[in-house]
Amino acid sequence: MNNLIQVDNISVIRDRKQILSNVSLEVGVNDFITIIGPNGAGKSMLLKCLMGFYQPDSGAVACSPNLKIGYLPQRLVADLTMPITVKRFLQLRKTTNPNELTNVIDETQIASLLSLPLYVLSGGELQRVLLARALLDQPQLLILDEPAQNLDVSGQLAFYKLIEKIHLERKLAVLMVSHDLHLVMSSTKKVVCLYHHVCCSGEPQVVTQDPEFISLFGNDMARLMSVYHHTHDHAHEDHHV
Amino acid sequence: MFDGFIIRAIIAGVGVALVVGVLGCFVVWRRMAYFGDSLAHSSLLGIALGLLYGFSVNIGIIIVCSVFAVLLVWLQHKHILATDTLLGILAHASLSLGMVALSFLDYIQFDLHSYLFGDILTITNTDLLWIYLGGGAVLTLLILNWSSLTLMTIHEDLAKAEGVRTFRTQLLLMFLMTIVVAFSVRIVGILLITSLLIIPAATARQLAKTPESMAVTASILGVAAVLLGIFGSLQFDTPSGPSIVTAASLLFLILFPVLKLRSSLQKTGHT
Repeated sequence: MNNLIQVDNISVIRDRKQILSNVSLEVGVNDFITIIGPNGAGKSMLLKCLMGFYQPDSGAVACSPNLKIGYLPQRLVADLTMPITVKRFLQLRKTTNPNELTNVIDETQIASLLSLPLYVLSGGELQRVLLARALLDQPQLLILDEPAQNLDVSGQLAFYKLIEKIHLERKLAVLMVSHDLHLVMSSTKKVVCLYHHVCCSGEPQVVTQDPEFISLFGNDMARLMSVYHHTHDHAHEDHHV
Repeated sequence: MFDGFIIRAIIAGVGVALVVGVLGCFVVWRRMAYFGDSLAHSSLLGIALGLLYGFSVNIGIIIVCSVFAVLLVWLQHKHILATDTLLGILAHASLSLGMVALSFLDYIQFDLHSYLFGDILTITNTDLLWIYLGGGAVLTLLILNWSSLTLMTIHEDLAKAEGVRTFRTQLLLMFLMTIVVAFSVRIVGILLITSLLIIPAATARQLAKTPESMAVTASILGVAAVLLGIFGSLQFDTPSGPSIVTAASLLFLILFPVLKLRSSLQKTGHT
């Protein structure tokens, strides 16, 4: 198998509700896939099936042997009741050599945070620490669940840039659930638009013109996306209503 | 200079304190205080069964508390009622059932008061064996699963993604609590077990910078509370279990504001 993960026609029914219906997806080496979809579309469930937390009711998920996945949760709410420093958190349940640790710390720019308790970090700092932890295993695939949801706009931009840089430098595959398609447009190779089933998928500029995408997100979103895709090198006077 | 029963009490109390300090940290971090309390309440039914059928009270407690924990996990998965509601139902149902069962035991002499509040001064050698074998097993399992448990406490899905079998680990933690409840009943009694779990851990929170140092500090504070409690109890002729918990609470009351002040002074010193 050449793909890292191969999802064949999986369906999930929970409490008599169809969460996923016949979803197929391939994650190849060095892919950069962004999954978009409205709230409750089954995006998180799809990730859970991919990582083996949840068995789909039908269909199959196959992973390449020895696949290492780095997972970045939506957010981490560091609890005040547990005293733990960033450094200790990074080393918890990990056997990393010091060189690797130093590399990852540099890569995610968290050197200045190491001795701080986890609960004093800002949203952006926490996400970078989580990213560092995910990278410590040298994964071939990074799975991110709305990683920038709790960041402000500049924080989102910086975080997505970092992900793109790591994707290019480490040549690892990225699978990300994100609402910020306009911010990840340039790095995304493939967009999967999910609403219980795969509505449409393909290259970003193709997907944003797909009628299913437009019906799901509305004309405004589609127009916004196409504007973004023209990378701001010319103005769109005619788009003003 | 000390009588045998005092020495046994000290050995027992120190053993229990060492274990509950470590386990208590997880109770504080994972917000299991109400669970611990409910588990302890249900142990009265275990005591009744043990006395009724003539096997060890400790075995009775472990059986009833394990059933309690499994029942709770099963009901939680049904997602119909909130966990605190379920705990309230299970705890008081088994407490009442325990009292009802005990009322059939009028032919056996037992001291209900000592089960409710503990009686460390009547510890036997069998009790000591339970505390040190059971406590040793609990500590060993806690240390072996330490990083999985800690990671799972920080973020459950993250732990899952990194290969921790979270469901199994959670059940393990519940089971360890049933063992600790079983052998702590003799020391502080059903009603006070939770306080022994959470007060030293809560006091240790301000002193510690890592999860590990918090666990060690909680154990040391627990031992201090037990020693102070036992000597206080002998000195002032007060009940031993409540004296130990009073000592633990005093340590908390004295240390908490002092440490809070110290850490806020350090903060202003830095900026």
